[in-house]
Amino acid sequence: MTQSNSFILDGATIPYTNEQTIIQAAMAAGVYIPHLCYNPEFKPHGSCKLCTVKIKGRQVASCTEKPQAGMVVESNTKELNDERRNLLQMLFVEGNHFCPSCEKSGDCQLQATAYELDMMSPHFDHFYPDRPVDASHPDYLLDFNRCILCSICVSASRDVDGKNVFALAGRGINSHLVVNSKSGDLADTGFSANDKAAQVCPVGVILKKRVGFAIPIGERSFDEKPISATPHPTVKGA
Amino acid sequence: MVSSLNMHKQYLDPILRHRSHNPNSLLQILIGAQEIYGFIHSDAIDYLSSALGLPRAMIEGVASFYSFLYLSPHGEYRVLFSDNITDRMQGNQDLMQSLCNQLWVEPGKASEDGLLWVNTTSCTGMCDQGPAMLVNNIAINRLTQDRIDRICELIREHVPVSDWPAEFFAIEDNIRRRDILLNSHFQAGSALKAAFIRAEAATAQASQGYVAHMIDPAGLDRAADATLQEIKISKLRGRGGAGFSTGMKWEFCRNANGDAHYVVCNADEGEPGTFKDRVLLNSYADLVFEGMTLCAYVIGAKKGFLYLRGEYRYLLEPLQAVLQRRREQNLLGRGILGQAEFEFDIEIHLGAGAYICGEESALIESLEGKRGTPRNRPPYPVTAGYLNQPTVVSNVETFASTSLISLHGGAWYASIGTENSSGSKLFSVSGDCDYPGIYEYPFGVTVAQVLADCGAKNTQAVQISGPSGMCIAAHEFDRRISFDDIPTAGAFMVFDQRRDMFEVARNFVHFFAHESCGFCTPCRVGTALLSNMMDKLNEGQGSPYDLAEIEKLDSLLQSMSHCGLGRTACNPVLHTLAKFRPAYECRLSHKEFVPAFDLDTALSQARRMTGRDDAGAHLEKNHDSK
Amino acid sequence: MNTPVKKLRVATTSLAGCFGCHMSFLDIDERLLALVELIEFDRSPLTDIKTCGPCDIGIIEGGLCNAENVHVLREFRANCTTLIALGACAINGGLPAQRNHLALTTILEEVYHAQHGLVDGFIPNDPELPLPLNQVHPIHEVVKIDYFIPGCPPSADAIWKVLTDLLAGREPELGHGLIHYD
Repeated sequence: MTQSNSFILDGATIPYTNEQTIIQAAMAAGVYIPHLCYNPEFKPHGSCKLCTVKIKGRQVASCTEKPQAGMVVESNTKELNDERRNLLQMLFVEGNHFCPSCEKSGDCQLQATAYELDMMSPHFDHFYPDRPVDASHPDYLLDFNRCILCSICVSASRDVDGKNVFALAGRGINSHLVVNSKSGDLADTGFSANDKAAQVCPVGVILKKRVGFAIPIGERSFDEKPISATPHPTVKGA
Repeated sequence: MVSSLNMHKQYLDPILRHRSHNPNSLLQILIGAQEIYGFIHSDAIDYLSSALGLPRAMIEGVASFYSFLYLSPHGEYRVLFSDNITDRMQGNQDLMQSLCNQLWVEPGKASEDGLLWVNTTSCTGMCDQGPAMLVNNIAINRLTQDRIDRICELIREHVPVSDWPAEFFAIEDNIRRRDILLNSHFQAGSALKAAFIRAEAATAQASQGYVAHMIDPAGLDRAADATLQEIKISKLRGRGGAGFSTGMKWEFCRNANGDAHYVVCNADEGEPGTFKDRVLLNSYADLVFEGMTLCAYVIGAKKGFLYLRGEYRYLLEPLQAVLQRRREQNLLGRGILGQAEFEFDIEIHLGAGAYICGEESALIESLEGKRGTPRNRPPYPVTAGYLNQPTVVSNVETFASTSLISLHGGAWYASIGTENSSGSKLFSVSGDCDYPGIYEYPFGVTVAQVLADCGAKNTQAVQISGPSGMCIAAHEFDRRISFDDIPTAGAFMVFDQRRDMFEVARNFVHFFAHESCGFCTPCRVGTALLSNMMDKLNEGQGSPYDLAEIEKLDSLLQSMSHCGLGRTACNPVLHTLAKFRPAYECRLSHKEFVPAFDLDTALSQARRMTGRDDAGAHLEKNHDSK
Repeated sequence: MNTPVKKLRVATTSLAGCFGCHMSFLDIDERLLALVELIEFDRSPLTDIKTCGPCDIGIIEGGLCNAENVHVLREFRANCTTLIALGACAINGGLPAQRNHLALTTILEEVYHAQHGLVDGFIPNDPELPLPLNQVHPIHEVVKIDYFIPGCPPSADAIWKVLTDLLAGREPELGHGLIHYD
């Protein structure tokens, strides 16, 4: 567990332990690498690719890649940020992300990351998928329109709650989140408000009812500070 | 409700018993359930959920990943037209339209009477004898209008597929050129015997303190290593396309610690235009299974899997018969050929319509009964594969080649082909040529030679190694097939001067979008966007802006994707753009950006609902802004 | 020394929007006075000019929900050197685009025929009325857009920042606090 090992991230020396991946070491050192599907409490998933960094000309997801001593890692470059912005734009056109009517606005990691990377428009043509909302549960609402398939809720429900309330289904552009009930309704699963899975959604899919818009604009997580200055964003009001 | 559960229990119980209620066999259980019931019923999922101890959401997640599994009724007859570019060149679209018209169905929509469902599917590996289809997952080739008419009649009269004329299901090997592999006249067991004899000799030499110069003394801790040495000397490289050293792979796996080691043969031959494994498994299965057994002997595995693509479902029973014969010949099971310590058997797992499962870590996920999502690597399968145990995953042709190497020695094999690409390679030749089929050449053969041998004329381009491979133009036909020049997994699709290379690329781009697993953002969304952009060009809505967008998207897919699928999904476009740019440029109907959709058509619903057709009810098409 | 600077000509319009972005534009308050030293308005709700002439900058609020929106957008694109999408609806369709998961036929049927309380309802078919598009589209899906100012509405400061950047010949840049989507 010595910290004798270090690598170079955008010119800065970052110490790491053998257990850490690049993003874990960077975050421990207070350096921000954009990410969405990575949550420090869970095993890295490696799917959103926002955290991609460049090592010797090769691009890898920093949430799953282990550092090596002396390795030179590029992250905050125009080239990578341009590509990251394209990934964000893909996520925005893939779902239905209407921030003005979303309870998570201001606390949303997708939105905050898009601010961070100066995303001025979704650029691509929209898919406008049809994704009905599930309001069956007395305490929680599922708005699948905003799902970015990060799978954090899947991990939380399976690994922490021991419930397997969520799973990914479908394939390719038709991939989507499903819940563990024959009716397909959240109310018929074992989901409860106390679940870890209720608290981990980085976007506005898993929402507590009757508390929406409680925090005024100006006081929400990312109104105060950009996501890069909020190393471990937590959900306000959750 | 209870009776429904009972009904599902009746056919599910035998399947569950056959699979020992093993959750890792979920995919196989679902395939079995659908073969009996026609689709995966919601009540069947409930029953499986409790019988296997798996959450139903997880079962739905798995079932919905594979395009051959259905969660809703799809009809008594499920007809899938193979939609590779070669099928298109052979006229599959007209035939599909004819079938749909005759039976009053729309592609992708089950008929109201529950009779049938028609759709397209990715290449079924029959390009040498297309156009091809799958009916209830069984292959039918050489479709003609006459054959379609007869099929319509059979469907209309509810004749079970098993009673359809046998000639419909005849599948030819079409072997056109044989070399060391296809000429081998292999005797089952001979390669294993050679390995055992070599082991005895090596043990004897070791006990005399004598080490042959070509045997690495450090590696010689088990008698089976003498065969590993031969594989290494042969310089055999994986035949799936990537070309990793087979000897090194086996050695890494042998050296990896684990509770058990596994051998997996990748027969998920999904790359459009490839069908060599179909022929090897049909007529050379002993070579393949013996190669797997040799691998087991070398790495110390007791269990092996053949992952057979769902499109080759018709090969399942014949292959199982070969395995059974081999057990009876004492070539599988316990104490193989009298080697008391050597126990190994092979199980066949079916795929269910997912190209991504050809990627080795996705294949392992699928073998474990999960969605075929490629894993984060490292660790690699050689150290953490099936059930996180050391696993060798190799191509069908690779295993077949190892049998020859054991039989004739590594030096013999290395003397064939080129310095860095030893041995021979099977090509699946299709497209515009007189003699499509299987051609075996030593590595180093030129593209021109293959074209001459297969009777190709006025060739414009050859797509080598499928959509993820390379598109080779006429001025490059003197290039050679080898890992140093043009590597290949075997596909060799020929396009003559009549063909539109933009359409070729567009077909391939749609293939990748259909087959993207959806795990990573760039591939999931990027392949769908790329398909839409190619369609936009095709529909006459293209401008130089769109071409620049396509190029930008290509580079994003290449640099950001999780696995080879996304990274190569742009290859067809990149290569055809570089070599056949006019095919794109002639589609740039506009100087300036225009929308992807037709604005006048976008008013069609309102026109219909209001009954209006005045000038104000229209938007002029393709209004170019200044 | 008193040579008058040639003023930049600016046109603005609201398509499928709520005029909230225009209200926010007016919220630049007294800076409007500084602005009119530099620009003059062509077609705009502020001038009531009905057609757009040649302009340096066009500012579009709202997305495209009907044929008239398309005509206006094309007129702007044809006449404006630089076109700016102003606000959420212009950028991703916004609130009007939330009908996109429904077929337009279903919507018209529901609104004019099926809804409770309607007697012999009919779908208005007066040629004066612009026909709705099958789906609502953001404006960048139909013409090339040069700059985007997100927000619902974008703040007066954000609008001011982009305009002054452009007037000064700088690449417009919002930063934390000015860039927001709500």
